[in-house]
Amino acid sequence: MMELCFQMVVPFTIMVVALWAMTRRVDVYGALCQGAGEGLGVLLKIIPAMVGLMTAVYMLRASGLLEAVGQLLAPVLARVGIPPEVVGLLLVRPVSGNAALGVGAELISTYGPDSAVGRTAAVMLGSTETTFYTIAVYFGAAGIHKTRYAVPAALCADVAAFLAAAWAVGLVFG
Amino acid sequence: MTVIWTGMVVLSVVYGLWAGNGPAVAAAAVEGAGAAVELCITMAGVLCLWMGVMEVMKRSGLAQGLSRLLRPVLCRLYPGFKRDRETMDAISANVSANLLGLGNAATPLGIQAARRMAARTPGVASDSLCMLVVCNTASIQLIPTTVASVRLAAGCKTPFDILPAVWLASAVSVAVGILAAKVMARFWRGRE
Repeated sequence: MMELCFQMVVPFTIMVVALWAMTRRVDVYGALCQGAGEGLGVLLKIIPAMVGLMTAVYMLRASGLLEAVGQLLAPVLARVGIPPEVVGLLLVRPVSGNAALGVGAELISTYGPDSAVGRTAAVMLGSTETTFYTIAVYFGAAGIHKTRYAVPAALCADVAAFLAAAWAVGLVFG
Repeated sequence: MTVIWTGMVVLSVVYGLWAGNGPAVAAAAVEGAGAAVELCITMAGVLCLWMGVMEVMKRSGLAQGLSRLLRPVLCRLYPGFKRDRETMDAISANVSANLLGLGNAATPLGIQAARRMAARTPGVASDSLCMLVVCNTASIQLIPTTVASVRLAAGCKTPFDILPAVWLASAVSVAVGILAAKVMARFWRGRE
């Protein structure tokens, strides 16, 4: 039942918007097509930024650097309450959504969804975004090359989310 | 971005060679470029759809309604765009979609706001634009459906019992992100 509710959020939103607009005598279909056409133009601007970013991200993952950094960081992170098992998740989370979901799902099924590790992994996944992807999409679409402090500030938020996830799981589930 | 991108490439090549992963790095470079285009094509439909829905929301006054509701908070975060109705409308729609967990919808809506912001400072990210991006990289969704379905699949009876913890972590993360952006805006001022 709950599953169905969440699945219906998207079609329901679209339906409500369309019905509301109709009562306001808006040319719903015309507006929809015009907006969608603009979307295509935006997409063309995103592609170059994504190609650049994904190339670098794939290279970084293949080089094995993330795992090496993870091994270095694990003992430090254990001190602040982050289980060493989730360190791998923490490092891929900002660069790849699919990879992070894969790592997270594996942690959850290996350690069990109600274990501390499983819960921490789930909370980390739920409270963060794929930072680099978001940055590439937004700045690509807006034609921005000088991103100033956006990346460091966004990474601060990610680090905070990871620490807070470990802390919140401890707090809520004791 | 130039420094970050070049840094990522140099680190991967140097570390990859040192760790004996050179060939993997070479293959990944080509694979990554292809995957990027594939990803863009998979998101094309949803992007166009939500840009269309946003246009309907705009013309019917729904976007303005949302915007009035969120105005007190958003004016503080984006003081430079207080008087720019259309940008505020787009940001409001972006925030609402994020809260509902409609990540696919939030992105095109946020992009519209980003494009309007960038029109004022071409090529360079303004403080408002940095704030918009930071708020979008720090997830604020109320119901993380994807994670819940993963937990359900792993045999969890109560996949949503992590909600309070997710909300706490999200709130901390958004707060730290906003704070970091505000503080860094001071230091970077000279280079804008």
